[in-house]
Amino acid sequence: MKLAEEFKKSFFVALWFMLLTFPIMVVQVNTIENVVIWRWHNIILSGLGSFLLSFCWQLFLRRKGHSTPAAQASASRLQHLMAEPRLYRPALIILALFALIFPFVFSHYQVNIMTTALIYVMLGLGLNIEVGLAGLLDLGYVAFYAVGAYSYALLNYHFGLGFWTALPVGALLAAFSGILVGFPVLRLRGDYLAIVTLAFAEIIRLVLENWNAFSFGPSGISNIPRPGFFGMALTPEQSAIYMYFLLIVLCLLTIFVIRRLQYSRIGRAWVALREDELACQAMGIDKTKAKLTAFALGATWAGMAGVLFAAKTTFINPASFTFLESAMILAIVVLGGMGSIPGVIIAALALILLPEYLRVFSDYRMILFGAALIMMMIFRPQGILADMRKKYEFHKMKDSRIN
Amino acid sequence: MNYFWDLFLGGITRGSIYALIALGYTMVYGILELINFAHGEIYMIGAFTALIVASVLTMHGLTGVAVLILATIVAVFYAAAYGFSVEKIAYKPLRQAPRLSPLISAIGMSIFLQNYVLLAQTSDFLPFPNLLQDVLLPEAISGWIAPSEFIIIFTAAVLMIGLTLILKFTKMGKAMRAVAQDREMAMLLGINVNRIISRTFIIGSALAAIGGVLIASHVGRINFYIGFGAGIKAFTAAVLGGIGSIPGAMLGGLVLGLTESFATGYISSDYENVFAFALLILILIFKPEGILGRSSQQKV
Amino acid sequence: MKNQFVHKYILGMLLFLMLIAIPTAQAADTIKIGIAGAHSGDLASYGLPTVKAAQLVIKDINAQGGIAGRKVELVIEDDACKPEMATNVATKLVSAKVDAVIGHICSGATKAALRTYKDAGIIVISPSATSPELTLSGQYPNFFRTIAPDDTQAKLVADFTLQTLKFNKIAIIHDKGDYGKGFAEYAKKFIEGSGKAQVVLFEGVTPGAVDYSAIVQKIKYARADAVIYGGYHPEAASIVQQMRKKGMKTAFISDDGVKDQTFIKVAASYAEDVYASGPKDTTKNPLAIAAIAEHKKAYGTEPGAFYLNAYAATQAVLNAMKKAKSTEYNAVAKALRTYQTDTPLGKIKFNKEGDAIGAGFSMYQVRKGVYVEIK
Repeated sequence: MKLAEEFKKSFFVALWFMLLTFPIMVVQVNTIENVVIWRWHNIILSGLGSFLLSFCWQLFLRRKGHSTPAAQASASRLQHLMAEPRLYRPALIILALFALIFPFVFSHYQVNIMTTALIYVMLGLGLNIEVGLAGLLDLGYVAFYAVGAYSYALLNYHFGLGFWTALPVGALLAAFSGILVGFPVLRLRGDYLAIVTLAFAEIIRLVLENWNAFSFGPSGISNIPRPGFFGMALTPEQSAIYMYFLLIVLCLLTIFVIRRLQYSRIGRAWVALREDELACQAMGIDKTKAKLTAFALGATWAGMAGVLFAAKTTFINPASFTFLESAMILAIVVLGGMGSIPGVIIAALALILLPEYLRVFSDYRMILFGAALIMMMIFRPQGILADMRKKYEFHKMKDSRIN
Repeated sequence: MNYFWDLFLGGITRGSIYALIALGYTMVYGILELINFAHGEIYMIGAFTALIVASVLTMHGLTGVAVLILATIVAVFYAAAYGFSVEKIAYKPLRQAPRLSPLISAIGMSIFLQNYVLLAQTSDFLPFPNLLQDVLLPEAISGWIAPSEFIIIFTAAVLMIGLTLILKFTKMGKAMRAVAQDREMAMLLGINVNRIISRTFIIGSALAAIGGVLIASHVGRINFYIGFGAGIKAFTAAVLGGIGSIPGAMLGGLVLGLTESFATGYISSDYENVFAFALLILILIFKPEGILGRSSQQKV
Repeated sequence: MKNQFVHKYILGMLLFLMLIAIPTAQAADTIKIGIAGAHSGDLASYGLPTVKAAQLVIKDINAQGGIAGRKVELVIEDDACKPEMATNVATKLVSAKVDAVIGHICSGATKAALRTYKDAGIIVISPSATSPELTLSGQYPNFFRTIAPDDTQAKLVADFTLQTLKFNKIAIIHDKGDYGKGFAEYAKKFIEGSGKAQVVLFEGVTPGAVDYSAIVQKIKYARADAVIYGGYHPEAASIVQQMRKKGMKTAFISDDGVKDQTFIKVAASYAEDVYASGPKDTTKNPLAIAAIAEHKKAYGTEPGAFYLNAYAATQAVLNAMKKAKSTEYNAVAKALRTYQTDTPLGKIKFNKEGDAIGAGFSMYQVRKGVYVEIK
């Protein structure tokens, strides 16, 4: 019965979409050459595609609606397994070994790509503090990334500062700008905050683009030195491997710090802020402090990632810091599972590495990316790996009852 | 005519377009408390549909006002249909979800629609048939204002007055205001909330499409990316005027258009967008509810 | 059961990591030429013609038996004109052991990638990166290009405006981009340096803005005789159209980014009388005619931006390898600087810095819907 109904519904949906996609999919006008191309086959594709999609869509929605408790139980069972030390420890050891031998087994290029992905892991984890933990939707995260990158580039250019000096300075400057954005938006609710951060990021980018005397404008800054290794001259391969390990170490540091933060007083304050701002305030949490620290700490990681980015590419210009970049980092956090550290890491690796290896689909990358964001929100809002709240259970009682 | 007047006219023209798009943002926000990020894309799709219809018609030898009107009607229909579908796909399943979810879904939808047009059509700028030029105005008016600017300002004004009247006097308008005030109460009173939400999207999208057609024929070229910039600006305008408020969106649009025009004219166009965004941040710091918005107390 | 599941999970992840890390297989004994540039996204239309040009050139070369008996093969990589992607592409091409690279397309991406190529000793010839810094800084002895740098172009435009057109109040507008702003700044420097004319306005416009009426008013009230515009054709078309609609007769002079047939088609009748600089007229060069005909035959369309530059670049590097009888870096670099190559752009070789000698620039004007070279 249900199937027939869904079949019928999908049919009408398909008809609707054929109508909807008609002008844009079928008629291609080229007003430059004054030709119209009618691509009738597209309407069939569109019809079939939307029919299938609608069918699956309803199926998923039904399953989501029906088996909520069971599905959730199975999901959480998986996550409990992940939390089982017996199981995740060997997995971690294998992963660590793999990470250790990776640069010696694979080519220079692979190492380079992995380094890029690791920069995004750091960015994702940093934004995770703001969005995942504190629930502050930041659409201009890339601004802090730019602050970090430009701090290194400019300090190096003007004062010859080295990478290791620039790293903390960049992080500090980014944290400072985080507080700077944080202040005006303290009073604002989620959506306003999103738009103000977006505006702020645009302002930063435009200033970098226009203020030539300060930032060298759109032509950017080249010849930024790669990090030195105790004053030794490194070949490009060696320096790539060095960068790779540097990032592994920094990512581990990030994970460590964020884990410590997450279960600290301030971390729990963030989660409370995310869940319910009013209740959080009523519980006596200093909202201002919690928000500002979230912004400042989130920005700190972006600043460090920015310094690393500048050191890795050895060239930066404002074109690298657009809204799309912010959206990308946000997608990493959302797809990974807001607040979940392993989720964010997996999402960052997948989102950065997959497009590199699936170059064939590079045209479809962004459209799939957009679709994934929507699907994820509808069918699995908690992300690939949902954040697990640490539960403090009293196990003994349970045991005694069984006995 | 002097410099000030020219800048003023340019600002009002641009502001009217912002206002038309901002109305969609503000209406949706009033009802769903959602920033419909994909709204700029609806505007772009409206303009693109009009471009397709108009070029097919002009290639078949038709010209003049008839083409413009036909293209506008088709564009309005399609934009409304897209707005309707976007709501059904990306927002309706998320009615009960936490507030961040529909916003992220909206960003996803915006990226999706942009790339859909990019892949199905082209990434190049396409010239838009010059339709407004054919409309001749009496000498008295064309002496001090360009015909296309006049048509944009005039159309926008008519639409905004029309919308205000609809909201004020029709049954649907009353229902919309009721849903905006208190969705659950409206539901209890027998208003079909889902239908009202759909209609809100349809009206907002239709207005955006008209804005798209107007500006495309004024500037003369479009590509898949025009929605992003215009959308952000229109949203800024909506917030500026007080999001959720219809007169606020109109005022916000005009203020933003004038600010940009005068800032370019008297200071520098290098920082055109910086002025717009700085204005937004300033307004939000000192008057977070916007120029005409009501300051709302958060309910527990 | 539980264990199995987790094992599968971990195994899956490891497999995923392995899969993505499979090194690319290497073919021996061919000459590999890397092609790097924007092949996807909104700048693809500037990058794809280069791929086509290179493909057509190597098809001919391979049909003649290759270079010293070795076949030529292309390794095509997309950098989407983004600096961060460009460095990855560069390491990928270095890992793939290419002998030379045609690209990158955008100056920013080229700057980001060049360091990697320099360290690996690989020759790079760009058909379109115009930033003067690339050659003038002297930091990249491995870099060559078949397009004139921004300053040469700006000098030509400035001289033309001052000496031929004899304007003395000039507004300079740019699109804030790498290319447009660089060009505009050089034009400003040359005009102010000449002392003959006054720059009454120097400003950037925002690409993708809703309209450009405010800047057009500003040009009008600055009473400029001419506008020099640095940037690409979409914004140029918008600005020209709004100027003409306002009844302004101010001359419009622009750069290579506007010297494109698309500009005329987009701006239609408003494009009339617009000046633009561009590579020296090649329409009478039989090689250029042949190259364009070849493209039409192979793809059925007119070639896109920088097609001839890329064609010339590929020919030049292959010719140098032929003359040097090797693909070794120093020998090829020397050959590029010593021997002339017959290309669609004319007979070219490269100077010490890496700029092409023999590929000149001239001024064009739109007359009755086509660009006509001004002699």
